[in-house]
Amino acid sequence: MSGFTRAEVCAVAVAEAFRGDGEILASSFGTVPALGARLAKATFEPDLLMTDGVATLLEEPAPVSDGSGFQPVPEAWLPFRSVFDLLWNGRRHVVMVASQIDRFGNQNFACIGPHAKPRAQLLGMRGAPGNTINHRTSYWVPNHSPRSFVARVDCVSGVGYDRAASLGSRSSRFHDVRCVVSNLGVFDFGTADRAMRLRSVHPGVTVEEVVEQTGFELAIPEEVPESRAPSQEELRLIREVIDPQGLANREVPV
Amino acid sequence: MDKRMTAADVVAELRDGMTIGVGGWGSRRKPMALVREILRSGLRDLTVVTYGGPDAGLLCKYGKVRRLVYGFVSLDSIPLEPHFRQARQAGSFEAAELDEGMLQWGLLAAAHRVPFLPTRAGLGSDVLSINPELRTVRSPYADGEELVAMPALELDVALVHMNRADARGNGQFLGPDLYFDDVFCMAARRRFMSCEKIVRTADFQKEGSIHTLRINRSMVDGVIEAPGGAHFTECPPDYGRDEAFQRLYAATAKDDDAWQAFKTRYLDVDEPEYQAAVREARQELR
Repeated sequence: MSGFTRAEVCAVAVAEAFRGDGEILASSFGTVPALGARLAKATFEPDLLMTDGVATLLEEPAPVSDGSGFQPVPEAWLPFRSVFDLLWNGRRHVVMVASQIDRFGNQNFACIGPHAKPRAQLLGMRGAPGNTINHRTSYWVPNHSPRSFVARVDCVSGVGYDRAASLGSRSSRFHDVRCVVSNLGVFDFGTADRAMRLRSVHPGVTVEEVVEQTGFELAIPEEVPESRAPSQEELRLIREVIDPQGLANREVPV
Repeated sequence: MDKRMTAADVVAELRDGMTIGVGGWGSRRKPMALVREILRSGLRDLTVVTYGGPDAGLLCKYGKVRRLVYGFVSLDSIPLEPHFRQARQAGSFEAAELDEGMLQWGLLAAAHRVPFLPTRAGLGSDVLSINPELRTVRSPYADGEELVAMPALELDVALVHMNRADARGNGQFLGPDLYFDDVFCMAARRRFMSCEKIVRTADFQKEGSIHTLRINRSMVDGVIEAPGGAHFTECPPDYGRDEAFQRLYAATAKDDDAWQAFKTRYLDVDEPEYQAAVREARQELR
């Protein structure tokens, strides 16, 4: 592998998750997702809406790093109650971090151990329950291992396909976990029983390595392609415009 | 009616076991002067309802909380409130954790005086197993859809902090977001609003547009002038978050000696002494 970093491949994979989304709010948590969302908007999804992280939608989002010369241009006011309105209205795609994720895409970033007295308190439920049942969701896992890709999550903050199915088709009709991007590959739920499938491995990663680092049985197609490499234009945007200081490379140290 | 009072007057109205809603969001425009007054009191067994920040962290640290009803507890620039984390891992209070949107829905139900409001949020998640009292409801219409019946979060008391207020209880927010402070007030039986500055009613328009006057006097029982009253949370445009002080506060979670020193200097003192100590610290931390 030469010419691009693993973080840049991951960012392109996150950008691809937004492909086709059109005029909806793109939200992201974590550096690689922030880079990926901006990359999508700067290239093939120019109509995405993005916030300043406070209460304003900006014509163009701030860069991920070195925003010293950035001049924000507000295009709309979006206080938190409008955020809830918007996300329950469904016009949003969020990329959240998963501390744990299982075979059906149930996500946990709330706590490790029993909820009443956790061994480790993580972020908490935040908006994950309402997000996942109301609009499109994808996940970013920066440290793919049997501790993050688990047979059973300790707490379900984001709803997965098996739990959504048990609610019936009406209650789950807006549930849509599109994909999971990890530091090793890209995964989706395009199987008959909506179990997680390996869609691509990042350049330099083998299928065996992914299987070894996953704590449940993955659906593995006969042919597993490599994740798409960044184009020259994408590399230019990442390195010169969106993340000149290379913060994303610190999140994925390969 | 002149509703001006002191933070001590507010705390004198509170009782053990009450349900207290705290406005603001994370480490943003929190009524910290009122929270600090509670810390100095003997109040206990409180149920606290909050989009949590250092209000939740401090009240938990002081063992004042029997039950915390929350969507998250964050310091924003520090994603997880470290004192809250510590109290959670010690299992020292009952954690009624909700999805962020469900919390708004419960407050709105109380504000509208209905027993619940339906929402899809929470379905399929462990919010329903963490809070076994939550029920679902089936649509009475042809769709028959099942939804979460988010119960009204009725508050005994709401505490909020505004940029400006008049003596009669009209409040003005001048920052980017009101958060849910109006809903907290409408969900509560008694409502107390601290502010950076009390102004004449006629002067509100000099401060901001008509859209900033979102708290009217029917929503407020007491007004407390508390300059710096949101510190160390942000209160724009009057001041931003005191990040250096917040880091100092956060670092005391893992170091009991540091916590005792912090407590002695900043919390075992009255509000004017707190503000003076903060000014001193600002010189030291610079």
